Amino acid sequence: MEFKNPQEHLEQFNRRVAVAGAIVLSCFVLLFGRLVWLQVIQHDYYQTRAEDNRISLVPITPIRGLIVDRQGEVLARNYSAYTLEITPSQVPDLETTIDGLAEFIDIQPKDRRRFKKLMEENKRFESLPIRTRLSDAEVAKFIARRFRFTGVDIKARLFREYPRGAFASHVTGYLGRVTERDLGRIEAQEAEANYRGTDHFGKSGLEQHYEFELHGITGFEKVEVDAAGRPVRTMARTAPVPGNNLTLTLDVKLQEIAEEAFGDRRGALVAIEPTTGGILALVSMPNYDPNLFVDGINVADWGELNNSPEKPMVNRALNGAYPPGSTFKPFMALAALELGKRRPEQAIFDPGYFNFGSHTFRDDKKGGHGTVDMYKSIVQSCNTYYYHLANDMGIDNIAAFMGSIGLGSRTGVDIEGESEGVLPSQAWKKKRFKKVEQQKWFAGETISVGIGQGYNAYTPIQLAQAIATVANDGVMFRPHLVKHITDTRTGKQTPIEPQPLKALGWKQANIDVIKRALVGVNIEGTGTRAFAGAGYVSAGKTGTSQVYSLKGAEYKRQGTKEELRDHSLYIAYAPADKPAIAVAVLVENGGFGSQAAAPIARQVFDYYLLGKLPKGAAPADEAAKEADE
Amino acid sequence: MIRELWQKLVAPIDGPLMGFTGLLLLVALIAMASAAPGRMMTHLAHIVVALTVMRVVAQIPPQRLMSLAPALYVFGVLLLVAVALFGDVSKGARRWLNLGFIRIQPSELMKIAMPLMLAWYFQKHEAMLRLKDYAVATVILLIPVALIIRQPDLGTSILVFAAGFFVIFLAGLPWKVIIGLGAAAAAAAPFAWTMLHDYQRQRILMLLDPEKDPLGKGFHIIQSTIAIGSGGILGKGWGQGTQAQLEFIPERHTDFIFAVYAEELGLIGNLVLLVLYALLIGRGLQIAVKAANLFARLVAGAITLIFFTYAFVNVGMVSGILPVVGVPLPFVSYGGTALVTLMLGVGILMSIHKNRMLVQK
Repeated sequence: MEFKNPQEHLEQFNRRVAVAGAIVLSCFVLLFGRLVWLQVIQHDYYQTRAEDNRISLVPITPIRGLIVDRQGEVLARNYSAYTLEITPSQVPDLETTIDGLAEFIDIQPKDRRRFKKLMEENKRFESLPIRTRLSDAEVAKFIARRFRFTGVDIKARLFREYPRGAFASHVTGYLGRVTERDLGRIEAQEAEANYRGTDHFGKSGLEQHYEFELHGITGFEKVEVDAAGRPVRTMARTAPVPGNNLTLTLDVKLQEIAEEAFGDRRGALVAIEPTTGGILALVSMPNYDPNLFVDGINVADWGELNNSPEKPMVNRALNGAYPPGSTFKPFMALAALELGKRRPEQAIFDPGYFNFGSHTFRDDKKGGHGTVDMYKSIVQSCNTYYYHLANDMGIDNIAAFMGSIGLGSRTGVDIEGESEGVLPSQAWKKKRFKKVEQQKWFAGETISVGIGQGYNAYTPIQLAQAIATVANDGVMFRPHLVKHITDTRTGKQTPIEPQPLKALGWKQANIDVIKRALVGVNIEGTGTRAFAGAGYVSAGKTGTSQVYSLKGAEYKRQGTKEELRDHSLYIAYAPADKPAIAVAVLVENGGFGSQAAAPIARQVFDYYLLGKLPKGAAPADEAAKEADE
Repeated sequence: MIRELWQKLVAPIDGPLMGFTGLLLLVALIAMASAAPGRMMTHLAHIVVALTVMRVVAQIPPQRLMSLAPALYVFGVLLLVAVALFGDVSKGARRWLNLGFIRIQPSELMKIAMPLMLAWYFQKHEAMLRLKDYAVATVILLIPVALIIRQPDLGTSILVFAAGFFVIFLAGLPWKVIIGLGAAAAAAAPFAWTMLHDYQRQRILMLLDPEKDPLGKGFHIIQSTIAIGSGGILGKGWGQGTQAQLEFIPERHTDFIFAVYAEELGLIGNLVLLVLYALLIGRGLQIAVKAANLFARLVAGAITLIFFTYAFVNVGMVSGILPVVGVPLPFVSYGGTALVTLMLGVGILMSIHKNRMLVQK
């Protein structure tokens, strides 16, 4: 299109503006027409509907799904109870009202405090519980006096219950009242409508991760309400759909044996089925009673849980990052074989120390282990062998291999908030430290990393995944707790398929070398004592992770304060030829791996493989002292 | 002395334009005082900032705006790319860029940068506009629109697309092409349907049958039409809307403020509002026709039509004839960013008017 002169151009523009103006005008006429339609012609209809809004849609909260173990034993369920509820916006004087109620219903100062807290967190026109679990007598007394209390009512509500209390609490997690943060998650799922009428939300563990599976679909009821807002008549009803049930891979009996084996020691245990990644037991001790959170936890209980030096609210299996100590060695050895840095029969002479520059790295055994090949290095847990090896491999080779078996990254287990741990490398150090002089990696640091100390820090679930991967000949699975999700309406089961994350492509010959050595550990090495007389062949590796550097001073077990004592670790699988269970055990400040952690693994294996229950208390471990790490 | 200062202050300001905008801002205050009294102070602060921006922009001559246009456009596109790469996610959409000290929404900038850029392009090629030029313009238009759709933000992408389309249309895109593209778009609609996000599809479906999901997706539309309809001719009176005051209307100080206004002030109030918009748009188009060169004409025309698009889409969606796409009621809805953008547009119109052709050829 060409224009002969600006004048023509201008005229065309003016024509276009005229067209646009006409369109604008007709659109406004259309809008006005619509408004006339709504506000004049249909006015009566909408007038009625606005009135009808007094007819309210009352949501009916669905029944939350159950959490059961692999045999169907219930870990989380619901019970129905009467609650006494107040709608603050409808009550002229709250204090007087509550005092009035307290005349015939037991209302403690702590109930009042909790109610105050709820009021701060919720809107004034919401109905909030002042007392839960009313007795039948209390219900009857209130009904008789109901007329005196505007804005107060009794409601039947469902509550979450964890029948076994603190047991497996780090797996189930707990429910709490919906908070601002939860609303964000609900909005992100576009589930606001479905959460009208829902007061509780999963805060941790499976309750949190599977919140939207467990919740169900909210039903609603159209009810006519009187001037005081009380329902008079139900006009229509859509039934709620109960939430889906979770069936776990977890074995409750195994979990129980594992938790009891810890006694009052702190620590964590993760047992995995190597061929699926299904978690058989997940322990973090101490645990806590999730029932405390259901009605809104009171300040005293919360303070106790939160301020305890034992930190019961921390899920150590997923959030505790510990140096792996000697449990790192089999992975180091496998890395060396895969990278061609060592042959299995290649031996070094261990004089009991390794000199690097001006620094001497010591072995735990005075005078050293003598001639050490790969097998012996694992069975006797020889440090000097790994000082040499780490130095030969270099930190970035180590980091690449350990990263490939999942150390230092989240496993993707179906519980939220998992920690990454620390997989040290040159790049990591550069990122971790701000000052340039701290960012440089020193070759000496590689040497401590080689025996699982130094910057290394991994979570028990990462160690469990790593040893399960070795047990499964290099095929790695995502650890998971839920076996299948059951639709409660149709009974249809949706299995959570085992997800092989990757096949690491290791040479079978190399894996076999490591596996032989791990079996050796339990037959003629540091795990012998713990596995004496077991009716199956097991494979494992003990470890001790230093909490506190003694700077050359000799380590005296009795003389060290409890919280400065080393952590005891053990990773294992069994049976050795066809692994059915792999486990990582950590006992905080437990001392040697062979003394504290390995006996726990023994009890777990005995039950899982033989159905044998532990006799009495954990075996005395003084005798295991001579085993060295 | 004070009189001189005042003269200087109001010199670039166009009386009619200021009058209509001012009345709309007044309507906003009335509606806001009823819908969300707690936000009055913030809203007033937004108005002050927006008026300042308008006054500053009104002083910038169009030639200067034109020289800035390409840089502004490129900057805007880069920001949109940055949002796609590093943007903050909120409610499932990636729209915001966090610069540490402030969070900005670069798509907002595009509403102004787009017409400036296209008008700049047409001005450069004014001597001979060929089909190729319209094609290039279309590409300039579609790049940011595509980035905004991906965020996803349907409301803003419609506005940015409209802003650009108005320029191309006013620049004389042949009718044959317009009709051809329209037909092609209609044919492609089924494919576009499959590309929409689930929630966007839901919103369109809701328009057809909102009663299907009265507690969920349909809730917005049902409650806002009830509010408007029950308002009647005279309205229920300021502060007396049961729908508004009992919190049946969602987002009642932002996108759905029209429902509050219509419920309380009725058809009469609506008529006043629509007439104000019509007058504002009329004045804008008048400024466009009188503008000094092609750039100024196109910019003035496009900005004015953008005001129209805001008003039409918002009132249309709140009254239930258009899908809910998240477009505010111009000059009235709560929200600083949108208000500043709109007033910036008014400022540009004023500047163009100030520098108009004084003698008609």
